[in-house]
Amino acid sequence: MLLSLAIWIPIVAGVLVLAVGDRNPWMRWIALAGAVLGFVVTLPLWTGFNAASSAMQFVEFHRWIERFNINYHLGIDGISLLFVLLNSFITILVVIAGWTVIESRTAQYFAAFLIMSGLLNGVFSALDAVLFYVFFEGTLIPMFIIIGIWGGPNRVYAAVKFFLYTLFGSLLMLIAMLYLYNQAGGSFAILDWHKLPLSLSVQIALFFGFLFAFAVKVPMWPVHTWLPDAHTEAPTGGSVVLAAILLKLGAYGFVRFSLPILPDASRYLAFMMVALSLIAIAYIGFVTLVQTDMKRLIAYSSISHMGFVTLGFFVFNALGVEGGLVQMISHGFVSAAMFLCVGVLYDRMHTRMIADYGGVVNTMPKFATLMMVFAMANSGLPATSGFVGEFMVIMGAMKANFWIALVAATIGILGAAYTLWMYKRVIFGVVGNDHVAKLTDLNFREVIVLGVLAIAVLWMGVYPKPFTEVMHSSVNDLMRHIAVPKL
Amino acid sequence: MTPLDYAPVLPEVLLLLGACGLMIFDLYVKHEGRGASAVFAQVVLYLCAAATLFVEFGTRAHLYLFNGLFIVDHFANLLKIVCYLAVSAAIVYSRSYLYERGMLRGEFMSLLLFSLLGMMVLISAGSFLTVFLGLELMSLCLYAMVALNRDSATSTEAAMKYFVLGALSSGLLLYGMSMIYGATGTLTITDVAREVARQVGSPADRTLLVFGLVFVVAGLAFKLGVVPFHMWIPDVYHGAPTPVTLIIGSGPKVAAFAMAVRLLVNAMPSLAPDWQQMLALLAILSIALGNITAIAQSNLKRMLAYSAIAHMGFMLLGLLSGYVGDNWNSRNDAYSASLFYMIVYAVMSVGAFGMLIYLSHAGFECENLEDLRGLNRTHPWYAFLMLIIMFSLAGIPPTAGFYAKLAVFQAAVAAGHVWLAVAAVLLSLVGAFYYLRVVKLMYFDDPVAAQPVRPQPVGRLVLSANGLFLLLLGILPQTLMAMCKTAIELL
Repeated sequence: MLLSLAIWIPIVAGVLVLAVGDRNPWMRWIALAGAVLGFVVTLPLWTGFNAASSAMQFVEFHRWIERFNINYHLGIDGISLLFVLLNSFITILVVIAGWTVIESRTAQYFAAFLIMSGLLNGVFSALDAVLFYVFFEGTLIPMFIIIGIWGGPNRVYAAVKFFLYTLFGSLLMLIAMLYLYNQAGGSFAILDWHKLPLSLSVQIALFFGFLFAFAVKVPMWPVHTWLPDAHTEAPTGGSVVLAAILLKLGAYGFVRFSLPILPDASRYLAFMMVALSLIAIAYIGFVTLVQTDMKRLIAYSSISHMGFVTLGFFVFNALGVEGGLVQMISHGFVSAAMFLCVGVLYDRMHTRMIADYGGVVNTMPKFATLMMVFAMANSGLPATSGFVGEFMVIMGAMKANFWIALVAATIGILGAAYTLWMYKRVIFGVVGNDHVAKLTDLNFREVIVLGVLAIAVLWMGVYPKPFTEVMHSSVNDLMRHIAVPKL
Repeated sequence: MTPLDYAPVLPEVLLLLGACGLMIFDLYVKHEGRGASAVFAQVVLYLCAAATLFVEFGTRAHLYLFNGLFIVDHFANLLKIVCYLAVSAAIVYSRSYLYERGMLRGEFMSLLLFSLLGMMVLISAGSFLTVFLGLELMSLCLYAMVALNRDSATSTEAAMKYFVLGALSSGLLLYGMSMIYGATGTLTITDVAREVARQVGSPADRTLLVFGLVFVVAGLAFKLGVVPFHMWIPDVYHGAPTPVTLIIGSGPKVAAFAMAVRLLVNAMPSLAPDWQQMLALLAILSIALGNITAIAQSNLKRMLAYSAIAHMGFMLLGLLSGYVGDNWNSRNDAYSASLFYMIVYAVMSVGAFGMLIYLSHAGFECENLEDLRGLNRTHPWYAFLMLIIMFSLAGIPPTAGFYAKLAVFQAAVAAGHVWLAVAAVLLSLVGAFYYLRVVKLMYFDDPVAAQPVRPQPVGRLVLSANGLFLLLLGILPQTLMAMCKTAIELL
């Protein structure tokens, strides 16, 4: 019941917001209430979760489409729990962040975010492949509209590119799912598929079917090119959800589908995945360095950070997988915060160019302090959440192969370079121009949003145990499962 | 036969009486009062629908009447209901449109009802003779309706093309049927099936049968509008008045599908390996050409015409997946997938053209992509409905179009046509682009000049129901899917 509530409360709130319309003074409060309520119902998931068990918990099962044996089957384990929480939490921040900033078609804006939040919870808790697919694809519609209506000057191009890229991946995944359905004797249950024996050649074909869908979403090099466009043109809230949650869908898909269903193909093709991940970390790291637009810079840095996630998954040990998951959660906080920071500046100056800023610390000291926390986390500084994930992934890689770890760790320094260099150019120095001199510091609403995120980032950096302990048994179970060939 | 034995043809009898009655009734109403004719037609439709429901629940599942000329089964009743709904919606949408353009004449309504009668005969056809009878009754009425706007050159041209090519396709179909008659010596579908099964083993007989089959499939392909027999579709869709386009795009397509099922699945199941190959080629060509050419269209009606070609290709994916590896194990799944696709497509098509009719008014024809620019600013509710219809056509969940595609892809994959499914899926990505363009125009662009929409409370209600039905079907598709499956099982 709780999972259904986590999915449907935001969606119903979204429809309600649409129904009351732009001019109603209560519209924003309904949106906030929906978001907060959506988060509150996920808290019992956290407190009631049995971390010792690797089985699916809070399971719901209803017959849905009997014609194809498709069921409304929900459940979460240690891997998906944190994403449901993260998503519901970020939604509140997005609603608050867009409170006064969005001026046209405000109701549609909030509704799109709330509906998407519900759909995303659905993706993370679906245990039926078609249900997963419906939620997975369903998120495209609100995101398409968010980028296209409230985005920047080049928004239409970005929206269409985003949609077509992700649809391309998903459609191949659909065929792979249909193949598995027939192989499994007419079952779309993901957990049944985990046990399905498949020959290596079939596994490899299916692996590529899933790979396109997930690689586009992660995004992995070389199918990442939609991301900088989409991020740059999206409104702040859109970028936040895109970076914090939507990118996680792809990586989550690898853990839920590719690794357990196709363990032999995953192992066989691991070298390719590792190579692509290292290219993402290194090549995209250099690309990030030369960006002049802050949002573009953070977008590229997301790709680079997600490279650590996929690297962790394909070194085949518990440390790597857990590191990847922690990195995902951490990236959810950090990238959300970074985009919100850029949003704060953009709302005041209406430019995202690094060159237009300089010396912001003189006029916005509170902002500069908070942003520093996030910049440090983005660089992977110890005692911030960014460090924990990257460190675990590199340790995991070390177990698998010394050279992979060496390369990943060495290139990791680029993360510090581009983030801190941007921070230096925007925040420090003398006041760059008159516009900067007139900037006002954070208001109460912005302090709340960024402050909460700063606490989360530091908490996770100093004491990551609450985050890692819920995933231990699920990850260990996954490792045991994929160690056994399915041929 | 006692009068009660004729009860299963009650809907057809009522419709015939109604259509004749309407012709007389119409003589007594003035042009201003033509709305009454529309109401008359609606009443006839509801009576027929009630009669069909009575037949569905009141009689045995499967009946052959008039020495096997006429079949009444779940399949026929389901498709008849779909046709009633499509025609009924067409009348609601088009009333003001036709009135403003001086086309709301009595002929329109009675032609529409006669054409519907043709569809129903076709759907229930139990013999080659009734197939042809229904087909011609339906088509002749449609030719006249396309030319309804007699002062318009494009309409006249479209009607001419439709007539010439329609006659040609009927000729092909007849030729094929005569071959099969020559081989089997019977016109009744059940007897043909038995004879074909007996003769299929001998190479000499088989050659003749397959020769006839080729022409039958070509005739069917003409009526369904699949490549390479699609040339009339864009011109007719574009040239016909939008309400007529709406009708051509829904009911007759459903009837053509029923004809395909009767002629291929019922009459010639033993030749399935042959016609499945032909359909595979038609399907993939249609999906490719329809989706790729639609991108280049700036006229919405033409775009939807090419989209119709592509959709018929997707529908065929189910029809060609029934007979696999010398058995009929996947028959029910495959054909019911096609049936489901067909019904969902009819709903989407009615909705899309209904929207175009609804947004047009006196002196303004909503038919170019540009005309939808900024619709979300001016009429957010209609923009939302159109958004649902477009995403449904593109096959994005949670809309009905997704399950339709899922079902046919499933049938194709289960039949081992994985590469066909992959190709179809990739081409549906191409298709998504032009549907997205419509959404983009409505949501992301600013309106050029706000076009007022004539208030039509009933039309608005029906249009909303039409759009929301696609969403509802996208969330709870089980009922309709189960109905389709039962219909095919008892075929």
